[in-house]
Amino acid sequence: MLELKHVWKSYRVGALGSKRLTAVRDVSIDIAPGEVLSVVGESGSGKTTIGKMVLQLTSVTKGQILLDGEDVTARGHAARKAYYRRVQGVFQDPFSSYNPIFKADRIFETVRESYFADVKRAEWTARVEDVLQGVRLDPGSVLGKYPHQLSGGQLQRMLIARALLLDIKVLVADEIISMLDASTRIDVLNLLGELKERGLGVLFITHDLSLANYISERVVIMRHGAVVESGTTGKVFTDPRHPYSRNLLASVPQLHRKWSDSEAVPEKLEADGDRDLDPAPLTEVDEGHWVAAHP
Amino acid sequence: MTLEVADLKVHYRTLKGDVRALDGVSFSLADGEIVGLAGESGCGKTTLGKSLIRLDGRMRHVGGTAVLDGDELPIGDDRAMNARRWKEVSIIPQYSMSALNPTRKIGKMTSELLRARGKSYRVFKDELVSRLELVGLGEKVLDNYPIELSGGMKQRVVMVLSTLLDPSLLIADEVTSALDVTNQKAVAETLVRFRDMGFVKSMIVVTHDLSLVYQIADTIMVMYAGRIVEKAPAETIIKSPKHPYTKALIGALPEVGLEYGDERLQSIPGKPPHLLHPPTGCRFRDRCPLASEECEAEPPVVQVEAGHEVACWKAN
Repeated sequence: MLELKHVWKSYRVGALGSKRLTAVRDVSIDIAPGEVLSVVGESGSGKTTIGKMVLQLTSVTKGQILLDGEDVTARGHAARKAYYRRVQGVFQDPFSSYNPIFKADRIFETVRESYFADVKRAEWTARVEDVLQGVRLDPGSVLGKYPHQLSGGQLQRMLIARALLLDIKVLVADEIISMLDASTRIDVLNLLGELKERGLGVLFITHDLSLANYISERVVIMRHGAVVESGTTGKVFTDPRHPYSRNLLASVPQLHRKWSDSEAVPEKLEADGDRDLDPAPLTEVDEGHWVAAHP
Repeated sequence: MTLEVADLKVHYRTLKGDVRALDGVSFSLADGEIVGLAGESGCGKTTLGKSLIRLDGRMRHVGGTAVLDGDELPIGDDRAMNARRWKEVSIIPQYSMSALNPTRKIGKMTSELLRARGKSYRVFKDELVSRLELVGLGEKVLDNYPIELSGGMKQRVVMVLSTLLDPSLLIADEVTSALDVTNQKAVAETLVRFRDMGFVKSMIVVTHDLSLVYQIADTIMVMYAGRIVEKAPAETIIKSPKHPYTKALIGALPEVGLEYGDERLQSIPGKPPHLLHPPTGCRFRDRCPLASEECEAEPPVVQVEAGHEVACWKAN
């Protein structure tokens, strides 16, 4: 459904844009309906840039992004507005996603103004209550409140509800639960699971491997802007082939295993080289399990 | 015994009244012990860390004592505490990335800090450089501005600076939350190394991440609504938790290997009580699956076994 084909992104950095930083290098991924695809990587690996490009918040330097086979990059305002009907995003910090001056439910009102201006008030209210129930929120306890009166988990679920009002096909979820408490984050995560059962494609961007493993069918591991390993979650996590993936898995803090008990020393990794060159090519080691060449 | 805290109460002054962020907290810390302090946001864990080093303007010391190495800490007295900060008690703050002065090079900033304490930068320079090397930073970072360092590097610089005067107690407040997994591990292991090398005598690691604190702590304390609900050796608290809140917290953690299809993780319903007027009796009562009538009375602190304390009626 959503497809990225050999996508590159370079940012201009430095004084007057004198330098260039290549953040994403030749990334090709696709998301099917009813699938959660996780993009995992350290800070600076380009995972957020991918989300931004899918949401058209930043331009694509080279390559294509296709939605249902149709190129969606760099189009006019009207086409972009239609695109946002089908693709929406939720971001990391729920407290800064809202304007603290207004009540939190204003986010639904802005959707109505832009997309559903002809829907009657009563019908709209019913629709909002419907989606709120869909994300397991009690409309009575969240409507008419200011952002500071709601918890992070509630705010995050309201943002998902807002996206659902638009009848979307793809949801970009960029670190949506890393700021939430352990006791509430699971609700948001399980909600993503329910959305995928309803046929939504979710691009789940995270640095937490255990979350990626819990929720997604397929995972893409990125480093220095390029894909180093991708495949079904089970395969990548039980049989990581790239040294970087092995290092990542070894550093996840877990409750049944202490770091001090494991003998494994982190493996040596290639340094960040010239980012304008093509990244190491991917080879298929197992069905649907791709690994970048490494020394 | 490095630290002995007894019935510590710290309240926040607000227009509506006092918010009881710490409402009678007692624990002790042995020499060389790393204690992990875990809990949800708003449970008072940061307040506990802060009250042992500096109360900010809104915080008020209402009662209780903290005794460090046999001396009582003058918690409520900002001036008297100042003499002890950095030398006896030190902190790695929650946003240590922004704890560095952006207008000074690291070396210059350190020398100013030391001078403010009546110490000479020249005397400490060799020690500083060797400790920086220990965390994988070269001497040249002293000539860098903070903006030239990455997040993980800044974090390590702050860690070295905070422990430069060998404090007996170090409070590490959410030091790993802003870092990604690989850096997280490096930083957490550095904390343990600092303890092993004697740079700090004992440590309180404040975090919301139970699985991380399990990796490094000897003892874990779980806080809920301004009180400590369970304290036990790290292994015990993870393997055989007694308090229903601890059990629920552990039950909500996804582990590598668990998938959405196999087993649905459970969150904890409801939210913590507001500490402006905390409920009487057990504060977890409203969210607790085991709650019954006796929970309306204050739960006793039960010693299940040596070193394992639980504040719950159902602990036995």
